[in-house]
Amino acid sequence: MKNRIRACLAIRKLVYFSQTEPRSVRGPIAIMKVLLNAKQIGGILNKLATRIVADTPDNVEIAVIGIRSRGEILAQRLAGTLSKKIGGEVPCGTLDITLYRDDLNSPKGNAQPKVRPTEIGFDIDDKIIILVDDVLHTGRSARAAMDALIDLGRPKAVRLAVLVDRAGREFPIQADYAGYKADAKPGKLVQVLLKESDDKEQVIVE
Amino acid sequence: MKIENKKFKIEKWERKHLLGLRELSAEEITYILDTAQGFEEISTRVVKKIPPLRGKLVVNLFFEDSTRTRNSFALAASRLSADVVEFTKKDSSVSKGETLLDTARNLEAMGIDIVVIRHNAGGAPTLLSKYINACVVNAGDGFCEHPTQGLLDVYTIRKLKGTLKGLKIAIVGDIAHSRVARSDMWAMTKLGAEVTFVGPPTLIPPKVEQLPVKVSYSLDDVIEKVDVINMLRIQFERLGGNPFPSVREYSHYFGLTVERMKRAKPDILVMHPGPINRGLEIESEVADGRNSVILQQVTNGIAVRMAVLFLVNQAAAEKAVET
Repeated sequence: MKNRIRACLAIRKLVYFSQTEPRSVRGPIAIMKVLLNAKQIGGILNKLATRIVADTPDNVEIAVIGIRSRGEILAQRLAGTLSKKIGGEVPCGTLDITLYRDDLNSPKGNAQPKVRPTEIGFDIDDKIIILVDDVLHTGRSARAAMDALIDLGRPKAVRLAVLVDRAGREFPIQADYAGYKADAKPGKLVQVLLKESDDKEQVIVE
Repeated sequence: MKIENKKFKIEKWERKHLLGLRELSAEEITYILDTAQGFEEISTRVVKKIPPLRGKLVVNLFFEDSTRTRNSFALAASRLSADVVEFTKKDSSVSKGETLLDTARNLEAMGIDIVVIRHNAGGAPTLLSKYINACVVNAGDGFCEHPTQGLLDVYTIRKLKGTLKGLKIAIVGDIAHSRVARSDMWAMTKLGAEVTFVGPPTLIPPKVEQLPVKVSYSLDDVIEKVDVINMLRIQFERLGGNPFPSVREYSHYFGLTVERMKRAKPDILVMHPGPINRGLEIESEVADGRNSVILQQVTNGIAVRMAVLFLVNQAAAEKAVET
């Protein structure tokens, strides 16, 4: 018994000292609230796909384009689901909007935008483009994405599909397909974590 | 699925000038190359223009002749939506006796944001960067550096070979007068390649043993071993004295001929910074052959220069916010 207690204490010490910074430096622990779990995310994507198929006329081709980087993953999943529902392959591409951002010349904070390739291996002309992003917040990313898209061609229509729709719009932009309406106070961060990029799958809010 | 943002090894680009590759870390060089990847696709679009440098003014300040580099920079700048002013020595106030700094200060008074400078004096871009607020990009200074050429060379190699780590690279020809050889050397060795300078002793620079390279005086000794061979032009305009007995003799010993190519690795990359002297340092059949990546170098040069202009402007914008 005594040995066991000693072992427990040792482990606790180990855990405590293995933390690189003392607790006081790390600041108050942000309380994270889980809005959606993996199963709910899967269900929402499935519902979005159903709605998209229902809205799309038979004689028009659709294609899915995701905004880097979380939108890219969601777009690939959505394209997979859509392909099954339609019974034909729905092309999928990735759009990098860095070069179209409106804050390039007035950068804030330390996160320098990184330019990555836009990978759209098909012609977007005359297709209905489903533009996919993880969170719709200010609408600035969607604005940039639309500018980027029309530099690549002239789609028949562009529809915006997002996993999470939260308040705080700064541009006159709304989602055509919103998976989940999140209630988050201004300044709080709504984060979508996906297993391909973050090793776990959930939507959290600070 | 691989998420690409993990590829960037450093958080941000912080230099508002690109003066040379010697001072850059391997991570910084990789950062530029990764950024350039994002610009490559733009040149394949129908509308080859993107907005990030809208309203910015780029000056091409060239005190030496150049077609490729000057046009490549002008094209890169205009694809980024910047305005470009061309300034060449012949038709400028320099011929009336104006100094470099006065020229630059006058241009700055016109509100330039980025100066792309080529100068026959080594160190001129560094000098300029100390006296003006605009970003300075070195487009070749004396025998010192030609950083964007070095970058586009390693970009081309990395794209075709996957990595530079462990590759054996020969740079052949007039090393002594070549800024390309120097920038190549810094970029290639920093990224893990083994570089050999090849040329007649008269065209190998003095104190070469202080540089991170091997030296060979015989192309025949190295041709079988290398993965990449970069043929330099004999720069007659810079040569003093008689570095080799005759052009024919040079070509015989150091030219990349069809005969020599037969002994090279089948997947060797043949590079040349241009302009080519056909039949001198390289035979036409080799320059146009299947191992030649000379034109790909030119194409990649635009993406690399777009990345450089974008990054220095970004660093300048961030510095302006800080102060």
